[in-house]
Amino acid sequence: MTLQGVLPDQGGDLSQGILKIAIMAVGGQGGGVLGGWVADLAMRGGYAVQSTSVAGVAQRTGATIYYIEMAPKAGVAPVFALSPSPGDVDVVVAAELMEAGRAVLRGFVTPDRTVLVASSHRILAVSEKIIPGDGRADQAPAHAALTAASRQLVIGDLEKVAQRAGSVISASLFGALARSGALPFPVEMFEEVIRASGRGVEASLAAFRGALTEEVETPLPETTAGERHVTGPEKLLQEWRALEARIAPWPGPVQEMARAGLEVCVDYLDLRYGGEYLDRVEVFVEKSEILAVAAAKYLARAMCYDDIPRVADLKTRASREQRVRREQEIDAGAVMHVTEYFHPRAEEVISILPRRFGAWVERTGWAKALIGRVFSKGRRVRSDRLGGFVMLWLVAGLGKRRRGMLRHAVEKAHADRLQDMARWAALEGDDPADTDEALAAEILACQRLIKGYSDTHARGLSKFERVIGALPMLERRADAADWLRRLREAALRDEKGEALDGAIATVKTFAERQDG
Amino acid sequence: MAERSFKKEVEHLRLGAGETFRGEGILAITKALLENGVGYVAGYQGAPISHLMDVLADADEILSELGVHFENSASEATAAATLATSVHYPIRGAVTFKSTVGLNVASDALANLASGGVKGGALIIVGEDYGEGSSIMQERSHPFAMKSQVWLLDPRPNLPSIVKAVGDGFALSEASNTPVILQVRIRSCHVLGEFLAKDNVAPGMSVRDALENPTRTPDRIVLPPFSYQHEQEKVTQRAPAAQNFIVERGLNETFGATDAPFGIVLQGGMYNGVIRALQRLGLAAVNGETDVPLYVMNVTYPIVDEEFLRFARGKESLLIVEEGHPAYIEEAMRAILHKAGRGTVIEGKGEERFPEAGELTGQVMYDAIAGYLRDHAGAELPDQGRAPNRPEMPDLKGLAEVVPMRPPSFCVGCPERPIFAATKLVEQELGPHHIAGDIGCHLFSTNAPFDIGATTMGYGLGPASVSALNDPAAKRRSIAFMGDGGFWHNGLNSSIGNAVYNENDGTIVIVDNYYSAATGGQDVLSSRATRKGRVTNNPIARAVQGVGAKWVRQIDRTYDVGGLRDTLRDALTSKKRGPKVIVASSECMLNRQRREKPLAKAAVARGERVLRTRFGVDEDVCTGDHACIRLSGCPSLSLKTLDDPLRDDPVATIDTGCVGCGNCGEVADAAVLCPSFYQADLVQNPGGWERWWDSVRRHISGWLQRRRAARRLEFRS
Repeated sequence: MTLQGVLPDQGGDLSQGILKIAIMAVGGQGGGVLGGWVADLAMRGGYAVQSTSVAGVAQRTGATIYYIEMAPKAGVAPVFALSPSPGDVDVVVAAELMEAGRAVLRGFVTPDRTVLVASSHRILAVSEKIIPGDGRADQAPAHAALTAASRQLVIGDLEKVAQRAGSVISASLFGALARSGALPFPVEMFEEVIRASGRGVEASLAAFRGALTEEVETPLPETTAGERHVTGPEKLLQEWRALEARIAPWPGPVQEMARAGLEVCVDYLDLRYGGEYLDRVEVFVEKSEILAVAAAKYLARAMCYDDIPRVADLKTRASREQRVRREQEIDAGAVMHVTEYFHPRAEEVISILPRRFGAWVERTGWAKALIGRVFSKGRRVRSDRLGGFVMLWLVAGLGKRRRGMLRHAVEKAHADRLQDMARWAALEGDDPADTDEALAAEILACQRLIKGYSDTHARGLSKFERVIGALPMLERRADAADWLRRLREAALRDEKGEALDGAIATVKTFAERQDG
Repeated sequence: MAERSFKKEVEHLRLGAGETFRGEGILAITKALLENGVGYVAGYQGAPISHLMDVLADADEILSELGVHFENSASEATAAATLATSVHYPIRGAVTFKSTVGLNVASDALANLASGGVKGGALIIVGEDYGEGSSIMQERSHPFAMKSQVWLLDPRPNLPSIVKAVGDGFALSEASNTPVILQVRIRSCHVLGEFLAKDNVAPGMSVRDALENPTRTPDRIVLPPFSYQHEQEKVTQRAPAAQNFIVERGLNETFGATDAPFGIVLQGGMYNGVIRALQRLGLAAVNGETDVPLYVMNVTYPIVDEEFLRFARGKESLLIVEEGHPAYIEEAMRAILHKAGRGTVIEGKGEERFPEAGELTGQVMYDAIAGYLRDHAGAELPDQGRAPNRPEMPDLKGLAEVVPMRPPSFCVGCPERPIFAATKLVEQELGPHHIAGDIGCHLFSTNAPFDIGATTMGYGLGPASVSALNDPAAKRRSIAFMGDGGFWHNGLNSSIGNAVYNENDGTIVIVDNYYSAATGGQDVLSSRATRKGRVTNNPIARAVQGVGAKWVRQIDRTYDVGGLRDTLRDALTSKKRGPKVIVASSECMLNRQRREKPLAKAAVARGERVLRTRFGVDEDVCTGDHACIRLSGCPSLSLKTLDDPLRDDPVATIDTGCVGCGNCGEVADAAVLCPSFYQADLVQNPGGWERWWDSVRRHISGWLQRRRAARRLEFRS
């Protein structure tokens, strides 16, 4: 800028001699440590440096930003800014995918100059996690924006790189920063900084080098259509092969889903149950693929409801112990205690009683109250101890007698009804013009609403009824399937079903308009 | 104090003349206090000045060598009252707290201090929590200086300037018998830089000398007729003395050309921002050298009229750079110019230049200064910077839709989370209540997933803020939360005492996590740690009973969600009159981990038997409803997608950041959610007998597992 007649033209942005670096992190990720390392690096490299932050003392989980400016040392100390300005940042380091996105939204990443070093892993925000369905943000727009907004992008799952090295993400981010070449310092100097930090040096160096050299670009999610193995007594295997033969002629995707459904049904009860499952699905196989797949998927889920024996069974398997040890990083040989947190209500206990007896207890006030009193408290069961394990093992064994239980009668009726509704929509309309296979698939998919145990299960069931209850209003509408899908998605948006109430109200208004 | 140790920082306080101090701005101030012969230091912790308190708390040795008294004040009011020592004795004293909240609390003592004036230098270091990342209401400290006639320093934000301001502040205070506020903004407190140290200086007179040789000057006491005299003194003696001192010592600075017809007036704290804008415009060098005339007010109150008029001479226009609302400096300068009959055009806040309110960020500064220089300095628009040949930014609409808000929340394992889970559960039973929040970590309850709390009225004032919501005929009562920090700061009297006296029937939950946790884990009266020179372990419940509360319940493990819910239900349905006080105590997990982790590690290394507890979710039992997350919100409780085509929704999962507090399991139990949660304890260094028995029982359970597996099909990929 020239100030005419007053000041000489000094030309250009004179702050370009200053390197400006912003670090975006989630509180608790070690953004401060990384900031310290970058500042130390600058000092070792003969630069004047200033770092600042606005991190509160104890706010651990919010979005935080650290800001560093550096310039080669020369006579009078440089004047550095205390916070980043949009369009004026050379390097952005983001410790999480959406924080990288936030940096872009705030204008700190611009295509003319910004080198963006980002980890592609997600730390889900509370708002994403509390949705009863799947509230996780779509990552595609973030990836696209990061590429488009930056001059150079170094991205990869740096959290994984750090974990593999037994370190934390600040170290792998530092490695990726070195890899980007955005800072005018040699790699050895980066390593010196880590060594001088004095804590967990070897692990930090391993993570640093991992990010520096390894292929850290996010690989595409693998499609695991791996071979499935079945083992067991020969007699059962023969029966299994007979069931497999039944689905063999079905179209590929239907077969794939039916195979998964079949496995879970057989695992849930027995081979006969698997046969019953195929009987149910068979009705839809001739229809559109979407409908057949939906039938294979949701009828299996309706048939394999969650009950006490199922939970006990899943918790006493050898594979479960292996999984716990893997997840908790406990060696196979180490001594491990496992405490299960149970709290079955009287309803769940009564539901596994024999059908008639259970129904009697439900009707009889004092009997129900008695069971209620016994099961009013949560149970902590030590499944590693013999007593606890044997008890669960025995309860799991009750599963074989499910067919006679009160709950089974209820759930079977539910599965029948689900199947019938879908059939009616897809196959047996009064008029061939009325058959709506898409609607049938959407009806089946409403099974997704029923999940959980106790109150959660009851709430899911009530949402299912409310959505299904809207069916008469949608009859004979060309967009019935679409509306049913919208209702179901609304039901999954919040816990109480407020979004669902709104959606149903909308359906009511147009249904009335049509009637009037 | 379990948050962290400041031993390394304490060593910096020992640096002598000629050595380079390297560290945070707030620690530079701490060092500067010792270099300037301070006799006593007090304060109340809070971002961004906590570290000053924390470092001095760990520096007993240096302090006792120099004969400096240090204490953690009960509140900012206590801190300001502490400066009374400098009224009669020539002892330099400094207090510190965060502002503006601290000045609000301190203003009574500060006004009385300012009335009588001081003999020894009195410095009030306020950490300005304003702008991005701030956790308090957005107000200015400036009017406190104006109304009480104390002076306000706002030095340029680099370590040498800030350190110089400490010495200048003491000297100014002594020269004008007036307390001085040294204002440092949050980023300046956290800025990492260096300055040339000087030797520490022991105070000329110590507090011991004062105690042993008491004096009093009656005309310094705030009572008629002296209070009238004080008011006159302020304007006839102290302010002129201060203004003379400011000019003589050159506390304010001017830069740039002297003959230009334009210029910029700025608060010292805005200097770097202004220079950055000028750098980007090509009008200032990297080292800040510029020809644009700058009047840098390192003292923002009082304004020295003559000095300002001297700067303004020959200028057709001035731009005033002043952060925050209202624009006191700009208004004062307009008045000064008007009185002097000058026609200088003043630009400052308003549509054209700076916004009326809000932080002066880099972009705001750039736009305002570029615009001003364009219109008043005949500047051409730069071809770079303002309208650069920058590639088009991509369309970010899709990105804006997916980037989630990420407000701060409770830490992993926080003992406060179960308190709000219990509150949510009790509201599910009894319906919604009016719930008041307070200041502290527990205020994160207002965010998802809890969405609990309607107001926050000040530290320790949560229960006070529901005082009017008290009607014995009402079918529901109020609930108010307050932390242990707030309780000891102000809450015992203003909230509990008030509720007892006025028979408020509401429920009061005191969240006791053993520390003033949100400010960095400092100890309070009820902390469980013992510390030399401090008296702790004073139970909150006893204090509450001491002021007359009858219905008091002590909960010693907040993770007992069911127990807490039952206690809350009792409180809300009790027929007894008066407040129902629940003291919910469990140690802050962040501090507990800091304390216990190294101990556990050492014990494992010694070969002792140590349990490592973590929680997990059985992925095949979890149905993906996420009710547990809606009642917990723990950062280590997240979601994952299963490799199972039959599943649509992601299931809950616990990462290895889990500290094993058990909240998730307790919530699942209390809310009767689901049986997915399990607790896995790794036994480190088990004994021989334990190992043997473990292998026996694994044999037996393994046999049972194989027996069942042999009678059914097993599916694996």
